[in-house]
Amino acid sequence: MTHFSRRSVLAGLAAGSALALAPMRFASAQTAEPIKLGFQLHRTGIGAGYGRWYERVAMAAVTRMNGMGGINGRPVELVFEDDGTDPKRGAEVVDKLVSQHGVDLVFGSLFSHVVIGSAPRAAELKVPYLPCSEGYHVASGILNRWCLQPGISDVRAQVSAMAPWVTQNLGKKVTMIFPDYAFGHDHRDYFTEAVAAQGGEVIAKIGIPPTETSFTRYLPQIPAETEVLYHVMVGPSVLTFVKELGEFYGAGNGPQIFGFIDSLEGVDLASPGLEFLEGSHFWEGHCRTKQPDAPAWEAEYRAAVGVDDNGASLADPKDVATYAHMFSVWETLSVIKKGMEAAGYQSTADRQKFVEAVEAMTSFDAGLDHVQGAKVFNGKTHQVFSTQLISKVEAGKLTRVHTTSIEDSLYPDVVDYTAQTF
Amino acid sequence: MGTGPLLMLATLEGMVMAAVLALAAVGLSLTFGVMRVVNVAHGEFFMLGAVLAWGATQAVPSAPLGFVAALVIAPALVGALAWVTDTALLKRLNYNPESTIVATIGLSYLIQQGALSFFGPDARAVAAPFTLRLQFPGFGYSGYKLFVVAAALLVLLAVWWGLTRSRAGLVMRATQVDRTTARAFGIHVDRVYAGTFALGAALAALAAVLVAPITQAHYLMGHDPLLLSFIVVIIGGLGSLRGTLLAALVIGLADGILSMLYPPTLAKILATLAVAMVLVFRPQGLFGGRA
Repeated sequence: MTHFSRRSVLAGLAAGSALALAPMRFASAQTAEPIKLGFQLHRTGIGAGYGRWYERVAMAAVTRMNGMGGINGRPVELVFEDDGTDPKRGAEVVDKLVSQHGVDLVFGSLFSHVVIGSAPRAAELKVPYLPCSEGYHVASGILNRWCLQPGISDVRAQVSAMAPWVTQNLGKKVTMIFPDYAFGHDHRDYFTEAVAAQGGEVIAKIGIPPTETSFTRYLPQIPAETEVLYHVMVGPSVLTFVKELGEFYGAGNGPQIFGFIDSLEGVDLASPGLEFLEGSHFWEGHCRTKQPDAPAWEAEYRAAVGVDDNGASLADPKDVATYAHMFSVWETLSVIKKGMEAAGYQSTADRQKFVEAVEAMTSFDAGLDHVQGAKVFNGKTHQVFSTQLISKVEAGKLTRVHTTSIEDSLYPDVVDYTAQTF
Repeated sequence: MGTGPLLMLATLEGMVMAAVLALAAVGLSLTFGVMRVVNVAHGEFFMLGAVLAWGATQAVPSAPLGFVAALVIAPALVGALAWVTDTALLKRLNYNPESTIVATIGLSYLIQQGALSFFGPDARAVAAPFTLRLQFPGFGYSGYKLFVVAAALLVLLAVWWGLTRSRAGLVMRATQVDRTTARAFGIHVDRVYAGTFALGAALAALAAVLVAPITQAHYLMGHDPLLLSFIVVIIGGLGSLRGTLLAALVIGLADGILSMLYPPTLAKILATLAVAMVLVFRPQGLFGGRA
């Protein structure tokens, strides 16, 4: 009997599979080269909880897209690259996706410090960069013409739309707890402004570093006269934050609580220690619990991304989705398809045409392409606007109690990117 | 919040911090004291303890039993890993100070990235053995956190007893004072070293099991305990158990109280400043012998 060394077997396997695959590659090259979309993914680091779901949603959306003939008749291919939720790595990832993988554009980043750190490199490489972020960095004018956010509304729009409901229904003296970096500062600045416009007042602002793991020490800063406690937290320790808040106040005591679902995104509301949240309110971008009046396409979307009616993975009910945010990936991909088709996109030479095609868009209809709902797109500020949802925790589930109009969230333009050169 | 309740809450938080820190730092201090090895991977042993605690509580569904299992399994496994590290790595480097620092830096990356690969990037909640909320005037507090303080005290007492009253402690101290003479008296120095390294790592893991129900388990959680343990050990005096405990109490309480009244970063700045001052004016630490 002949003995093969492991090395020679492996070499043989590699050679064999290369031979087997070669004709397939050739066959596909004859039809059309795929369109390569680079996904800047928070696979590790403090954004990993979001990253896992963003990756799943992107794959589901592209599977659907390819089933419908791809973009301009060409198949779509995703290239994922982990940025570690780190701004420095973010810029390197943009570079790697563009220079090494030769992607047509880059999208998908969520954490605002990564977006802000990556955008300049995208402009230098002259590649479209589409964050799925919420941060008020696109419309504030601090990025550049290559950056577009057509998948999710920004924090300024969100808090402006909801402040009237908060002051009218929960109270006028607000204390804010927010992560102490760009995203949190957007909350701090624009919610304060919006509350003041309603005759209310933000009486204390408590910034917490997003890498913090212990929160009790910050809670005594909440003034006793606080009527509404507004919290928005991100990072791996969000569950600890909310639990310690519960230990501090106990059930039924303390101020009204209004939170951004970010504070519990990816976390099961039935986790021990969260009972005190019963009756409190949350902002949601998209309802985690399937509502009775959900539109027809909601079930199809949930099935495609593998999420059940409670907002958890179909495969593992303990794996709760970042449901309120992840629609942004799905919808961004819809806009990418529309933009590339409108621009007659053929190759990386058409990147500028793609940006101009998206700039020309004005609105998106609700449907399976835009599952969260209808949207208004501002081509000058490169930012999309949508309805906002407020949900109440009832029997451990989120029930929607208020929907703002899109108009509630609009604010005057502060930038006109179309006046900038490419 | 009134001054009284505020100070009380600050003291409670400081005590929890001090208790966990003392456990973690005593492990680091032992390894340095007996072996003269600066273990940069100490923070990752801590992280590994929390991750294993998560695994144990997942495997045993009942909350109190799962936690008890974690208390036994996590330190034992981490200790075993440390034992292997000592015999397979540190011993082969002849415990050369520079080489062991580089080796443990490498080890820390291996453990951290291993946890990322097998445990994943998410923070995972570890169920506390019991839930109890105590209502104090002006604020509520977790009963479990007070249990952590009590448990840490018990463990530290046991360590102290072991070192000063047991035969194993005598052998360790003898090795610490003079390795060559200890060997001449028939002490199996290699085994003492491996045991000390394992004990140090197991103590870090134990601290992490206690802390995991408060902070969750996460693959990046080893950084802060490492930094603070070094601060404590340097202030207390390298290798001095008494100094380590006292420094842990001071740093823990100061951190708890200062970060309640001022931004928490200030507490870290002051702790680091204290290290600088100690290094300038008393390089051997508060209770250290001759450097």
